[in-house]
Amino acid sequence: MDTQRRKFLKIAGASVLAGIGAPAIIKLSASTALASDHGVAAGAHGAPAGAAHGAAAHVEAVPQGVRLGMVIDMRKIIEQPVLLDNAITACNEAHNIPQIGNRKSEIKWIWKAPFENVFPGESNYHLAKNVEKSDFAVLCNHCDDPPCVRACPTQATFKVKENGIVAMDFHRCIGCRFCMAACPYGARSFNWEDPRPYIKKYNNQFPSRMRGVVEKCNFCGERLALGQEPACVEACKGTGAIVFGDLNDAQSEIRQVLDKEFTIQRNTSLGTKPSVFYIV
Amino acid sequence: MIEKTLKGKPAYWIWLAFLGMFMAIGAFCYSRQFLFGLGMTGMSRDVSWGLYISQFTFLVGVAAGGVMLVLPYYIHDFKEFGKITILGEFLAIAAISMCLLFIMADLGQPLRALNVVFHPTPSSMLFYDMIVLNGYLFLNILCGWVILTAERKGIHPPKWIYFFVYLSIPFAVSIHTVTAMLYCGLPGRHFWLSAIIAPRFLASAFAAGPALIILACLVLKRVANFDAGKKAMDKLVTIIMYAALLNTFFVFLEVFVGYYSNIPGHKHSIEYLFFGLEHHGHVYDNLVPFMWTSVILNFGALGLFAWPYARKKNEFLLGLSCVMIFFALWIDKGLGFVFAGFVPNPLEEITEYIPTANELGITLGIWATGFFILTLLYKIVIGCEHEMEH
Repeated sequence: MDTQRRKFLKIAGASVLAGIGAPAIIKLSASTALASDHGVAAGAHGAPAGAAHGAAAHVEAVPQGVRLGMVIDMRKIIEQPVLLDNAITACNEAHNIPQIGNRKSEIKWIWKAPFENVFPGESNYHLAKNVEKSDFAVLCNHCDDPPCVRACPTQATFKVKENGIVAMDFHRCIGCRFCMAACPYGARSFNWEDPRPYIKKYNNQFPSRMRGVVEKCNFCGERLALGQEPACVEACKGTGAIVFGDLNDAQSEIRQVLDKEFTIQRNTSLGTKPSVFYIV
Repeated sequence: MIEKTLKGKPAYWIWLAFLGMFMAIGAFCYSRQFLFGLGMTGMSRDVSWGLYISQFTFLVGVAAGGVMLVLPYYIHDFKEFGKITILGEFLAIAAISMCLLFIMADLGQPLRALNVVFHPTPSSMLFYDMIVLNGYLFLNILCGWVILTAERKGIHPPKWIYFFVYLSIPFAVSIHTVTAMLYCGLPGRHFWLSAIIAPRFLASAFAAGPALIILACLVLKRVANFDAGKKAMDKLVTIIMYAALLNTFFVFLEVFVGYYSNIPGHKHSIEYLFFGLEHHGHVYDNLVPFMWTSVILNFGALGLFAWPYARKKNEFLLGLSCVMIFFALWIDKGLGFVFAGFVPNPLEEITEYIPTANELGITLGIWATGFFILTLLYKIVIGCEHEMEH
């Protein structure tokens, strides 16, 4: 049985890789995103909370092209915590994320953590009770100025020019883990051993990884390429708990939300310009 | 000159066999890690670099320490170092070899290592580290070999070699500076994000490297009838003392900035190193005994060095103080500095790192390989030296 299954995994993995190489994802997702793009030059987009610090480093340049981002409405998730569970499960299944079950080797793309851990720089003295007790969604921030990309010695992790996604080439990664040290958000996981035995339900639309490479949230570049929403966004469909779209497009849904709501971001003082926003 | 390594007293062969045994253990452990993955180590999602990278960091310093002989001898014409400068150059070769092995051992996909060359990335500090480490290795092999060959023939070394000798001086500084930049340019790692990391690395390197050379000289004096000379040894002790004092001063500055500013991020790692970090009712203090050992060894060694009898008249005490300072700096940089940078993690959670037996086996194996290379190189030096005396 095992050899049978292994063979299947191999074939499935190979065909997926052949089908959607990284360049294909970039191209297709860019064009899908661009389809809704008609206000690129319209002024500065909603600058992140970091702009409040007033330093020149936080004044963002006039945006160019598509910059995908996400708003997580914690009010809705606090009300209905199952939404976050669904989003995490959807992500795990979409990306063949192994469930290794120990803290040492775990792999996670989107996960739960308390406010004090997600926003360690913020004051959490006498935090509102419902916020204090709730789990926040944590994932890669797809920074506009990502330290992980700067650190990577092989460009195995890179910013996709067309849409701002911080992506990974699992076949180029040498596993030096410099990006893990560089990421100030703890968003990256490493395959300390072969992850395949820990994948519960294999999704042949996305490659599984081999041991010795780093991985993280990819904003579902492969699903965007097919015109689908990210798995976590789809799992919360209709609730508005997670809004996804082009931060540079003044007409996009995400911009409507950002223009209306007060949002916070994780550790903006580092100048990384995260693309994930939280409504608390 | 290589033939010099093939003839030796039984003690020489026993020593090589002893190192070879550890090399074999290391190779066996590495084959296990190669087949299973880095999950064989104690590293984790939170502490993603462990012993391999910390040893690499420390050994870059040992390699750079060789310049403390090259610089006085070639720039200031300090003649007493004439006999031992080659020891510094050859120590650098052995240390860089260990560095490269430790990096290879740390890679998740070692067979893809050349991607660093195929896809050169000037924004990554690892790219520059690759260049300066290999450059420094090449320079030391070249300079060491050419100059030793000339000495053996009793002629002056060719003039062109001095260009490379002088070039090796900024390279020595650069290898440790760039290695410091691997750490101190990362946002969000407060413990490493400090401009004093590079000077601190250099200071500890200029103490650890020469300390190892004094030890080597003391050993060679007993087993190989090689006398480095009193004046040379004395000068080395002075260099070690100043460098170790500077390093101590820099560490103190880090502690001051953390505690006086009272910024939690700046204090956490220092607290973790020296007192243990309390988190949700549990105190994490794995490294505390190591760090205090380092402090005691450091001040103990400085005290011994400052005592004229110990450093000038008593070779046992001189050797002991060198061992002490070497271990103090090894704990400081070869353990504490790297591990504490990951505590707490960016989400202020704490994971402690404990190396596995397999990981220790590989680490010992690589150290043994380095000493194996060092022994062969020093054997060549001694062989040539004795040949000239006859």
